[in-house]
Amino acid sequence: MAYSEKLLDYFQNPRCVGEIPGADAVAEVSNPICGDVMKLWVKIDGRHIRDAKFKAQGCSAAIATSSYATEMLVGMEIDRARLITKEEIADALGGLPASKIHCSVLASDAIKQVLREF
Amino acid sequence: MRRVYLDSNATTPIRPEVVTAMMPVLTEHFGNPSSIHWFGQHAKSMIDDARQHVARLINAESSEIVFTSGGTEADNFAIRGMAESQKAKGRHIITSKIEHHAVMHTCQDLEKQGYEVTWLPVSRDGAVDPDSVRRALRPGTILITIMHANNEIGTVQPIEEIGRIAEEADVYFHSDGVQSTGKIPIDVRRLKVDLYSMSSHKIHGPKGIGALFIKKGTILKPLLTGGGHERNRRSGTENVAGIVGFGHAAKMARESMATDMARVGELRDLLEAALKSRIEFIHVNGENAPRLPNTTNIMVDYAEGEGLVISLDLKGVAVSTGSACSSGSMEPSHVLTAIGKTPDEAHGSLRLSLSALTTREDVEYVIEVLPGIVERLRDLSPYYKKV
Repeated sequence: MAYSEKLLDYFQNPRCVGEIPGADAVAEVSNPICGDVMKLWVKIDGRHIRDAKFKAQGCSAAIATSSYATEMLVGMEIDRARLITKEEIADALGGLPASKIHCSVLASDAIKQVLREF
Repeated sequence: MRRVYLDSNATTPIRPEVVTAMMPVLTEHFGNPSSIHWFGQHAKSMIDDARQHVARLINAESSEIVFTSGGTEADNFAIRGMAESQKAKGRHIITSKIEHHAVMHTCQDLEKQGYEVTWLPVSRDGAVDPDSVRRALRPGTILITIMHANNEIGTVQPIEEIGRIAEEADVYFHSDGVQSTGKIPIDVRRLKVDLYSMSSHKIHGPKGIGALFIKKGTILKPLLTGGGHERNRRSGTENVAGIVGFGHAAKMARESMATDMARVGELRDLLEAALKSRIEFIHVNGENAPRLPNTTNIMVDYAEGEGLVISLDLKGVAVSTGSACSSGSMEPSHVLTAIGKTPDEAHGSLRLSLSALTTREDVEYVIEVLPGIVERLRDLSPYYKKV
């Protein structure tokens, strides 16, 4: 398979799935090309992200990268989170096949958008 | 892990009997069929037998069968050969919007070379209207190329009616029969086709071998020139093992098609009915058109096709999808687009294609595992709300 064990694990057993009632911010982004969608909820505490949850409709790479990125956010400083790139997410999951690199854009875009007010 | 293969429109497992038929060619009967000694003539006689089996499968004569490297070459030979042979007469070609890439990209290439191509639309069920073919005809039309059965949704086109129209208009007619060969009865005389493409590996034969039926008297410029093999129509020393394997697969398909495909059709119907009753928000594409007995293409709302394919693969089940996420080109299947599906709808498409070797247990296993997979992916979707 073209995917790493780690990516498949995040696809099969995604972490941080769900919604946060009373979230401090919610963002919904979609990939206009392939149609994948990610929705991200965060709870903010000062300069840190206290909690983050996501839901996604998309391919295995989109779901895995969404889950991994959301997990990264929990406890992270907002200014650091803003710097998360699609490459950072993809590399952490053992890389993505060339045709799937755009999948990790979904998560990095969602993070930038959900943090835009902070 | 249990492995279930339901991707037979991509390729099929080679039948053990086909392997047995090929083995002597790969070992002792290595002769070049063009040689006049015993080694060569023995190989030649094996090719002759195979050619007869392929011809019989579609009610053609042996001399009308030209072996190629596969379906793609057969399509290219038919379309490019005819475009070249007929260019003094005209430069207009009629085709449909749901052709296989081998036909679609070949026609697009000819457009770049100055040919004009009419791309006929299809109904929401994926059928070409023969009247639209008639209306597209004009002085200078040199070729109609419409596939017999669609590889993604399995719809069978009204080839016989289109054949009549082509004959009346005196325009050459090619049909890509890669998916229909060996699955439904084919009589090239009744269909009135001049050119018909076939592939071995879709009917449990080896890869790298196919054939083009060329009706007697049809002039077609060869793609490959050289030693004048295949009666000057396709040069290159014959792939003898492949040809023998294809011949044996064609023979077996002809002998068992009626019983195999009746059983396969029942399994496909069972699969569709069970999935529809166990999974809500799914639709069958091309459901109301005549279809191949082995193919079902379903759309699963609130889930994405590539994720479904990977999830099924992790459970040992092999299928495919027309979702943009799996295409590499990032575009949804042109077939699903042509039948009016939006990219969002095509997003959740899943093709399950059976073969003569598919068992009831295979189908029951898919019925058992797919609902849970769909439910898991839907639970992740921000749009799906349980009712």
